[in-house]
Amino acid sequence: MSQQSKRSLVAETSEGAQELHLRDDTRAAELRRELGGVLRLPEGPTLDPGDIDFEFQEDETMIINMGPQHPSTHGVLRLMLELDGETVLRSKPIIGYLHTGMEKTAEELMYIQGGTNVTRMDYLAPFFNELVFSLAVERLLDVEVPGRATWIRMLMCELNRVSSHVMWLATNGADVGAIGMLLYGWRERELLLAFFEKVTGLRMNHNFIRPGGVAADLPDGWRDDVRAICDVIPRRLDEYDSILTGQPIFQERQQGVGPLGGEQAIALGVTGPLLRAAGVPWDLRRDMPYLAYEEVEFDVIVGTYGDCWDRYAVRLNEVRESIRIIGQILDRMPAGDYRIQDKKLTPPPRSRIDESMEALIHHFKLFTEGLKVPVGETYVAVESPRGELGCYLASDGSNKPYRMHIRAPSFVNLQALAPMLRGGFIADAVAVISTVDPVLGDVDR
Amino acid sequence: MSDPGAGASNSDDEAAAAAEPRPELHGWPLVDSHGQRVVHCDAGGYLELMTALEADGYEMCADLCAVDYLTHAGRALPEGIGAERFEVAVDLLSLSRHERVRVRVQVPEAEPEVPTLFDLWPGSEAMEREAYDLVGIRFLDHPDLTRILMPEEWEGHPLRKDYAVGRIPVQFKESPSAR
Repeated sequence: MSQQSKRSLVAETSEGAQELHLRDDTRAAELRRELGGVLRLPEGPTLDPGDIDFEFQEDETMIINMGPQHPSTHGVLRLMLELDGETVLRSKPIIGYLHTGMEKTAEELMYIQGGTNVTRMDYLAPFFNELVFSLAVERLLDVEVPGRATWIRMLMCELNRVSSHVMWLATNGADVGAIGMLLYGWRERELLLAFFEKVTGLRMNHNFIRPGGVAADLPDGWRDDVRAICDVIPRRLDEYDSILTGQPIFQERQQGVGPLGGEQAIALGVTGPLLRAAGVPWDLRRDMPYLAYEEVEFDVIVGTYGDCWDRYAVRLNEVRESIRIIGQILDRMPAGDYRIQDKKLTPPPRSRIDESMEALIHHFKLFTEGLKVPVGETYVAVESPRGELGCYLASDGSNKPYRMHIRAPSFVNLQALAPMLRGGFIADAVAVISTVDPVLGDVDR
Repeated sequence: MSDPGAGASNSDDEAAAAAEPRPELHGWPLVDSHGQRVVHCDAGGYLELMTALEADGYEMCADLCAVDYLTHAGRALPEGIGAERFEVAVDLLSLSRHERVRVRVQVPEAEPEVPTLFDLWPGSEAMEREAYDLVGIRFLDHPDLTRILMPEEWEGHPLRKDYAVGRIPVQFKESPSAR
């Protein structure tokens, strides 16, 4: 090993290509992973790839690329597949085409600027990125946000979960041939984005949830808008039930396709709807509560078989649960401040700047120097629409994060693709990718 | 709860708590970081500790990331743990007990190598590749230790602190006239 360690940085980069290789050129452990046989079973040795192999002629397989410019790969996911006719033998996701070094960027931005960076990661669920970053900063600062800020965060996150899942229903429909669903899904998402725009000023990349609270209070008449959403969405979900759930072609495309067992899902680090569809009742909102999720009632939707159909059902019903939570938030939204009134953490109100020299100084200091976070490190996790979204934050006491790492649910969930695709048809691969629901901004960061 | 460190929280008698040995988990110091349990270890005892934690019922490797402490070497570490340049932070999750524990491994600059966790938690595979790609920690016996986010011919590891931040030079010129 000492020889290896002495190699220069340049030499370190020649570890090899990222692509899927021919079987002969692939190491046994790597082959096992590509075959999806990586799970160490509770009794007995690691699954032998030979056990789950098919009959195929070695010289009749071919390795093809799917993506990164494929319309059904939800962005720039590139998948290399070894095919025997139409059957997938091995697969390997190749990612990084959208990598923009956001974790490095985070080290250059002050804590109060950090939200604008993280919100661009999972662009279908921006509030969750902001939330997890803000929670991590607040934990290092050891501050508690006011009740109203917590409930506003919860409201926006649940609405965001609805918009993300509705968007997923739309693209999933399009992927398996139900093009009509694409239009309906976008229509419903529009409702939610319009509300987001009213509250935050932007349809995406809000930077609304910030360390210390939220950027602004809810606008007048927000209750009516949210009530309208709570009225419309459940009715539309019933319509989806009739155009998708009851439709034989849709059922054929989803049922029994790409199953993933619960134990395998846990071993692969899979979280979110994929894990719940595999029959594991794990939801951070219920099992490791944050914000005020302990105080609201909702059910954790669990599947049984873990196929595409279960993942569809879990997401569809999670929208219903989110609407249920939003209804409770409507009734119980506390009055009070929407952010901490600490001059060192949050800017003074605009009106105070004109009349108070002190407020002006605080405002100036906050936006030029930022806020300083005590030395420490922490890991915070929230349940995003795609699974466990985590933020590992290390601070050296300055006004910028020393290291900010985002545990992206899409990134980790992609590891489950190989076992799910194996042995299926290439047409089913499209349905499976779709139900993993990867957001490539989240994967590549 | 098989770990001896869990008893650290009920320190009702302060004098007795001071006399008690420092909390440990499988022989490594256990500290409290903002309410989270963190175990510190060095690269040599890493795999043994992780194997023991896996046997303790931590079913999922929730997160794995590497940190380069080049410019923040004086961070607080428990007694007996020598600060090294790199650190790998692994967050383990027990679904049955609703518990988390974080392991912080010190990885020396001269030999930035730790064993892979692939055999314990196959789900750590992509995260280890990411840590290798961005910080340059080598995971021994990893099935496919190649770059994952950066292009494969990329030189260096961008999240190291001695890696320069790229800048696009901006040249300010007089703006062209309208006509």
